[in-house]
Amino acid sequence: MLHTLAVMVENDPGVLARVSGLFSRRGYNIYSLTVCQTENPDLSMMTIVVEGDSQVIEQVTKQLHKLVVVHKVTNLSQESVVNRELALIRVKVKSDTRLEVLQTVDIFRGRVVDMGKNNLTIELTGDEEKIDAFVRTMRSYGILELVRTGKIAIARSDN
Amino acid sequence: MDKSKEDALIARDPEITWEDEESLALDNYNGAKALLDVLDQEGVELIFGYPGGSLLALYDALLDSSIRHILPRHEQSAVHAADAYARVSGKVGVCLATSGPGAANMVTGIANAYMDSIPLVILTGQVSTQLLGTDSFQEVDITGITMPITKHSYLVKDARDIPRIVKEAFYIASTGRPGPVLIDLPKNIMAAEVTEPYPSKVALKSYKFFTKGNSGQISEAAKALAQSKKPIVYAGGGVITSGAGKILQEMLEKANLPVVTTLMGIGSVPSKHPNHLGMVGMHGTITANLAVDECDLLIAIGVRFDDRVTSGLKHRFATKAKVIHIDIDPAEIGKVIRAHIPIVGDAKLVLEEFLTKINPPAIQDWWNELRSWQKEYPLSYEQDGRLNPQTILEAMGKISGEEAVVVTDVGQHQMWAAQFCPVNQERHFITSAGLGTMGFGLPAAIGAQFAKPDSLVFLVTGDGSLQMSIHELATAVQYHLPIKIVLMNNGVLGMVRQMQKMLFNERFSQIQLDANPDFVKLADAYGIKGRRVEQADQVEDALKEAVATPGPFLLDFTISPDEVVLPFVPAGQGITEILEGKE
Repeated sequence: MLHTLAVMVENDPGVLARVSGLFSRRGYNIYSLTVCQTENPDLSMMTIVVEGDSQVIEQVTKQLHKLVVVHKVTNLSQESVVNRELALIRVKVKSDTRLEVLQTVDIFRGRVVDMGKNNLTIELTGDEEKIDAFVRTMRSYGILELVRTGKIAIARSDN
Repeated sequence: MDKSKEDALIARDPEITWEDEESLALDNYNGAKALLDVLDQEGVELIFGYPGGSLLALYDALLDSSIRHILPRHEQSAVHAADAYARVSGKVGVCLATSGPGAANMVTGIANAYMDSIPLVILTGQVSTQLLGTDSFQEVDITGITMPITKHSYLVKDARDIPRIVKEAFYIASTGRPGPVLIDLPKNIMAAEVTEPYPSKVALKSYKFFTKGNSGQISEAAKALAQSKKPIVYAGGGVITSGAGKILQEMLEKANLPVVTTLMGIGSVPSKHPNHLGMVGMHGTITANLAVDECDLLIAIGVRFDDRVTSGLKHRFATKAKVIHIDIDPAEIGKVIRAHIPIVGDAKLVLEEFLTKINPPAIQDWWNELRSWQKEYPLSYEQDGRLNPQTILEAMGKISGEEAVVVTDVGQHQMWAAQFCPVNQERHFITSAGLGTMGFGLPAAIGAQFAKPDSLVFLVTGDGSLQMSIHELATAVQYHLPIKIVLMNNGVLGMVRQMQKMLFNERFSQIQLDANPDFVKLADAYGIKGRRVEQADQVEDALKEAVATPGPFLLDFTISPDEVVLPFVPAGQGITEILEGKE
């Protein structure tokens, strides 16, 4: 099962290595990892999607807490959360498929951010399933290049 | 321009040459001097270190410092010595090595301390910040290399951070679950001017640990104990770290509880204590192993359920027992064995509260069972007049009295020592447990002797282990350390040979140490007195001579390569599948 952990860490050099090294040497499987500075420049938030049963997640959480650079670990899978991913996809288009592709992008509420002679670059945000579905649809036209950020997540507010 | 930006620019200015840095080092109150002052204020009396190019400013400043510097013959030994110094004294051990090869040579020692949760502050030299990352001379990314084997580490990029970082390092190393903390010190940082004062307290927002156990859980544990018919206390290194030995003994006596210890837990309860069933695990006593297998309540204190105890078989370890697990590290609870009653806290504080809540259970039947096992399966050996390791260790125990510190290397002799050396006090049995580092013994004995200059220190070692750090005989001579070396010399790598004998059908592979030196002559070359012993009836006399002779002494005991450590539970076998070695 996949779990999403929000890990608040110090915004210092080497912190990513400490956290990712912990996962690799203890054999925890990282599914995705995103990290960036928060509203407080001293802190960064890592969103880590990790695969494992509840016992593994408990160990991951405890081991993360042991790192001096880790401030807080929250398991977002247990709460109501908003999560998003960003994908940039370059798709092959011909004169007869261009319109079809543009219509699909519109349905998925994507945006064309670059255009070449025979290709379109599309920006899409959404949860993992939405992006998966879009990628599946685009496959028939031919995907030239694809980058995804991995999940970021935030708990829904109470009120 | 803001002062910090200006300094950062200076630090990165390639125009500043090494010569400039060294002249700076002599004139100003610099990083090196600040570092030594902070160490002094932290109460550091000794540093085990080895100099090198990137540490010139620091070694220069050492000349004017009250801190004593000990020079071993290898950086790995500096770490092992600091490690044993910490184990014996209960203080934080400090070691120092230069950048590149010096730092890299410390890696095994750091891993050793990490595995056994020993508080160390490791100082490494580093190339100047403007050379970092350029593969410069004697550069190695030591914080990167040691990340998995340190509790925390720092690369100092601004000399003004030195006081804060050193203060934090000592705090992190010695609190919670102790461990090694590394500080990497670039050469120009050591030479840069420092005006920052020593901070009065540590402000670490993200570093937390709990010392007081949850009272509800402790009551729950007391209830479980009152209801149990077959309880066992399973004591580990954490008992010694927290200084809980005395309170543990009180608890054992109040409720008349049986106890087993791990290798790291030796000394937490006196070996001869009537409630002590011996060490548990691969080379533990049969009674201890049967007791853990059969118990209905396992009170685990400061242990991590190492696979040398559980055989890596969690589904077959103490399966009938409710498990109470007391540990300061929450991540240890549930890591290997499920804890029914987890208690996160310092062993001493938890046991103090537990003691006030316990009602002694009625366990006479359990004791009858345990006593019958003890009678049936004593730790024994053939007393046929041969010179065997057990005779040597028992004689050593008689002569050493209660005050001696026993340091071991790693191998068969280590297990024999764990089984047969009487240890009556905490911090008096020093051994490399988690990592099993051959070569640990001699430098560790040096560190132990520095921690207790007036105590008798025995090193129990083997011919394989001793040769991995034999150069440290020079250190023992240089500092007049009266270490008594008990060498079990069988001309082979005994533990490997034993496993090949018992598990690989006697197909012996690469265990013969045929070109062994004459150890007594070698000791003589270093200026150390020694004696070879080949007969059992000479053992006592030889040990007495060693103890009576001032200075270090090497006793080279010739033992048979066929001697084996028994009992023996092969790895991956259930803890009751014990090879007793009886024909």
